[in-house]
Amino acid sequence: MSIKVTNLTKYYGNYLAVDNISFEAKKGEILGFLGPNGAGKSTTMKIITTYLPPTSGTVVVDGFDVEDKSLEVRKKLGYLPELNPLYYDMTPVEYLDFVAKLDGVPAGEIKKKREEMIKVCGLESMRKKDIGTLSKGYKQRVGLAQAMINNPDVLILDEPTSGLDPNQIIEIRNLIKKLGKEKTVILSTHILSEVTATCNRVIIINKGKIVADGTPEELQAKSKGQSLVILEVKNNCDKNALSGSLKDIRNVNKVEFVKDTGDSFVFNIYGDKGSDLREVISNKVTQQKATVLSMQTKQSSLEDIFRELTK
Amino acid sequence: MNTNNIKTIFSKELKSYFNSPVAYIVMIVFMVISGFLFTMNFFQVNIASMREFFGSFFIQLVLFVVFIPAITMRSFSEEKKQGTLELLLTKPITDMELILGKYLAALTLIVITLSPTVLYFIIIKMIGPIAFWPFVTSLLGYILMSAFFIGVGVFVSSITENQIIAFIVAVLICLFFFLLGKLLIVFPPSVVSIFEYITTDYHLANISRGVIDSRVLIYYFSMIFLSLFLTKVSLESRKW
Repeated sequence: MSIKVTNLTKYYGNYLAVDNISFEAKKGEILGFLGPNGAGKSTTMKIITTYLPPTSGTVVVDGFDVEDKSLEVRKKLGYLPELNPLYYDMTPVEYLDFVAKLDGVPAGEIKKKREEMIKVCGLESMRKKDIGTLSKGYKQRVGLAQAMINNPDVLILDEPTSGLDPNQIIEIRNLIKKLGKEKTVILSTHILSEVTATCNRVIIINKGKIVADGTPEELQAKSKGQSLVILEVKNNCDKNALSGSLKDIRNVNKVEFVKDTGDSFVFNIYGDKGSDLREVISNKVTQQKATVLSMQTKQSSLEDIFRELTK
Repeated sequence: MNTNNIKTIFSKELKSYFNSPVAYIVMIVFMVISGFLFTMNFFQVNIASMREFFGSFFIQLVLFVVFIPAITMRSFSEEKKQGTLELLLTKPITDMELILGKYLAALTLIVITLSPTVLYFIIIKMIGPIAFWPFVTSLLGYILMSAFFIGVGVFVSSITENQIIAFIVAVLICLFFFLLGKLLIVFPPSVVSIFEYITTDYHLANISRGVIDSRVLIYYFSMIFLSLFLTKVSLESRKW
């Protein structure tokens, strides 16, 4: 149960969509593909799922090459494309039965599998309605049920939570986490919190290249981000003098005046990574005869890393 | 070739025909037109034969050039548009199984549409002597002709995601093959025999006389094979 991508390159005509990427995903791994639009996430997924062939390089799923043994690979896969592939004139029951038959689920087990998926994906109340009349969230659930109905070893999900409301997103994430324990899951997203919430590994892709690969924590540690202190002081002081003296602190790179709330001033103070500036800042503020109302520190988030790597 | 896969696609397609108005419109309109022409011919000519009926230019035109493209226009183009083609092509079935499932479903719908002609035959049989064999070969000719044009329609719908374009292009191609036979008189006699062979008209006329010539069968089956093959190429073009 693994996916091995080696030196994968894909051209669309003259356009280079995926540029010589290599990575591996093992059982129990939930791998998040992160990247801006057009980075090559969907293209990579389309190649893994045998829909498109690579221009060069190889992709091996469970020991089967996607080009030479495409039918074998397809049997191992569950795939939810970016454009959710639904038949609007079918009910979820008809649709899931159809997909299960195509997936080669034995006739005697189709009903059991379908009912299991309907339960897992919370589709009970929608089972007899035409898919076309369902809300986007329910359509997405039908799509997920479709991808998982053959109990695949490998799940490829292209933006699985798009169009869902916050409650549904949490449900689906939990579902993916639960499934991820016994499968290999690759999901793409451009919602950063999704990666921290669901994935135990992240690959950031930009312009067809892998620019980062690691656990969310590792990536955070690796980034050359800065520490940030948000300072709020009472407005009975000279804000320019204060900001000037804060800038003089060692390790402080930048002081930003954010707003005047009417009775207080708010500053963002950026310092070197890993430095704790709170004590020095507090002293400086007292020196300037001002009063600290609140102080908060923030570590650089995945968002900062993402912006840093993909700009 | 896995027949279960073909069956799965086939029954999904046939169901979707009957879930939409297309199948009913085609069947009802064909019944009305053919019923009208049948009674007209039958009572005017006053001969117990269905030759006039099967030879009717109008029925052939409506059935082969309008109805068949209308049935096949959504076969692949709709799947492309809805993104479901990506679903089908990443499931463990081959392109040819998918094509055959769709093709056979359209052919079945046409055979069902043609079934009232059997009723017409029985009606004539009850009141007058009518030869059985020419009726069978005429019907067979209609089915072969449909099988060819359905292939054209399925192929055309695989090259576009727009149903309207699929319909218009299929109508034009079917019209070309259909009308070429009617226009043969304008060609010099030396080339007529060549053109004759590629027109459907010539073969349809031949088979309707009660003669099943191997040349006719070769013609139709090679055209069907060609159109299915081109559909496969067109599906694979995503990989180029």
